[in-house]
Amino acid sequence: MPKLIRWRDASAAWAEDPFTAVDDDQPLPRGEVILSFSRFQREGRALLDQGRHLGVRLAPDEAPEALVVDIPRLSVLAVSFPKFRDGRGYSIARVIRERLGFRHELRAVGDVLLEMAPSLIRCGFDAFEIADGTTPVQWAQAARRFRHVYQRAADGREPAFAERTAG
Amino acid sequence: MYRYDEIDREVLADRAAEFRAQCARRLAGEMTEDQFKPLRLMNGLYLQLHAYMLRIAIPYGLLSSAQLRKLADVARTYDRGYGHFTTRTNLQLHWIKLKDMPDILDELASVGLHAIQTSGNCIRNLTADPHAGATADEVDDPRIWAEVIRQWSTFHPEFSFLPRKFKMAVTAASADRAAIRVYDIGLRLHRDDEGALSFEVLVGGGLGRLPHLSPVIRDRLPVRHLLSYLQAILRVYNRHGRRDNIHKARIKILVASLGPVEFARQVEEEWSLTDKAAVDLPDTELARIRAAFAPQGFETLPAVSTPFEAAKSSSPAFARFARRNVLAHKQSGYALVNVSLKAIGETPGDCSSEQMEAIADIAELYSLDEVRVTYEQNLLLPHVKLDDVPAVHEALAAVGLATPNIALISDIIACPGLDYCALANARAIPIAQDIARRFADPAQAENIGELKIKISGCINACGHHHVGHIGILGVDKKGEEFYQLTLGGSAEDDAALGQVLGPALPADRVAPAIDHLVEVYLRERRTGERFIDTFRRAGLTAFKEAVYAQAH
Repeated sequence: MPKLIRWRDASAAWAEDPFTAVDDDQPLPRGEVILSFSRFQREGRALLDQGRHLGVRLAPDEAPEALVVDIPRLSVLAVSFPKFRDGRGYSIARVIRERLGFRHELRAVGDVLLEMAPSLIRCGFDAFEIADGTTPVQWAQAARRFRHVYQRAADGREPAFAERTAG
Repeated sequence: MYRYDEIDREVLADRAAEFRAQCARRLAGEMTEDQFKPLRLMNGLYLQLHAYMLRIAIPYGLLSSAQLRKLADVARTYDRGYGHFTTRTNLQLHWIKLKDMPDILDELASVGLHAIQTSGNCIRNLTADPHAGATADEVDDPRIWAEVIRQWSTFHPEFSFLPRKFKMAVTAASADRAAIRVYDIGLRLHRDDEGALSFEVLVGGGLGRLPHLSPVIRDRLPVRHLLSYLQAILRVYNRHGRRDNIHKARIKILVASLGPVEFARQVEEEWSLTDKAAVDLPDTELARIRAAFAPQGFETLPAVSTPFEAAKSSSPAFARFARRNVLAHKQSGYALVNVSLKAIGETPGDCSSEQMEAIADIAELYSLDEVRVTYEQNLLLPHVKLDDVPAVHEALAAVGLATPNIALISDIIACPGLDYCALANARAIPIAQDIARRFADPAQAENIGELKIKISGCINACGHHHVGHIGILGVDKKGEEFYQLTLGGSAEDDAALGQVLGPALPADRVAPAIDHLVEVYLRERRTGERFIDTFRRAGLTAFKEAVYAQAH
């Protein structure tokens, strides 16, 4: 069973993962890879020029703004959560979606747990490498648990104040 | 006051349902305590020394009679018939059973109360000037903005796992009654000559192990941009605040290490890139919230009340209560009536279910259905007709709530301390009780005048000891409870951190030491000086010598 859950059109499902996550000291395999930010800076542009599909993995202390030039050519951005309590990835995700305009897969990796589902989705993640053995059914339930939200984020949900104006 | 609409109520219902399912999994053994802990903490449920403690949010310290009655009912049905009001204007119940939690949350939700964000590294329940909407010295009603922030910060997806907890306070008055300089963010409203409202934004205050008074990082922020600017501050903090050391993770450390100028520059840069229109509330929503706080139900009354003046003349006890606990209202013929939760010998901040019900009844009859909680752990009836103050006094006295000691030496802030709290080094409550008994004579207390004693049972400073005129900090010395005294602190307009008096004292020497400090003050004071004024003028030495003289 793959461990990647994909969130699309307000539903969650298992997804095959064509990307290989590559360590910095590992020889580069064939196919589609996700590189660390530092390895991407060294090798990324050459690989993109060869037509490879690339992803970049950002640690929570790495600034997505540094990718502004390359972002249109990237297939995946992975943001790591070393511990679920480390919430930097949420801000990074919103910058990636709302400021840098990235429209492809935004993947949460690391200590990714079910209870993070609502926040991850609201901040723009649409793929999750889960660490707690939970299922897409559980993720979909968690994502739908609250009928209302109070603020705009990266998921396009209308906040309470807009519902009130409309309603 | 703001009443929850269908959307607000459904948010609470969804939250209660979520926690009911989580509790069921825990009680069925499908979850370990380790897995359950973060979930229960998100619902304000702590495991303390003897039992679970539930911290119920009271957003900006505002309660209706129905809400206070419900708190009384929950305390009686599910706890031991009393609750503890805290310096963050929350209510803590200290003897809760896990199996009751789902029902408790349902009960609370039925009157628009909850325990959301009373724990965890998120934006906590915020506090505001308890005199809001009743005081003549405010430029706007700060509750409007507090409610704006309450909604925006509830389940904020980006800011639910900050480096550390995050607390805000807001005031619109010239006198600071919300301790805004010791908060992560303090907001003070201003109105310019053209009538435009703006916020003075202070960031990086806090107490605890490394106390800081906050600097101003933006002098005047147009109010319509409040939320986008808060988002910018929180985003800079969320991305750059320290996460390697829990003691250095609060925003005060980030602001101090970058310096306020550089921190402000980073916030402004982030803000300049923010799509403000997507974050800031539309005028229609602001108007809806503002309308909820419009003054309602006030009568046109003369400024002088004959029954009030007559009661003062005929009863010295009432006259004292009127001097100490009753304040002028912006509305002619009305008053604010403080309800002291500091009866001599009782636990500061504690309130029984019977007392809560009595206050709820009084508020419904005499205070336009409103009660406020103050960070000094008292309650307040904000809108009482002067004509009715004698009846309110009588009703309060009947349930032991007419102690005339607001801002006096026995009006002591104390955290729950080692009697309840797993973090404490020492007890705080018995120390407060000792001191209050020593100064039980109301005439003596009034002669001493304003003197704010604040006691914390550990360095986390829930009892605000750093900003007490006299601060008392419980410390552990080889398994024994000792107390470190500081002098000269304040959380108000003259905000300052106290200076350490000398070596820590054993418990039985604390109240005598307060006696000595008061003696020095009474000897040294000049006309019109409060304790803190004399201390600031005369300096530490005389006070120190008086306390430690016997030791030499």
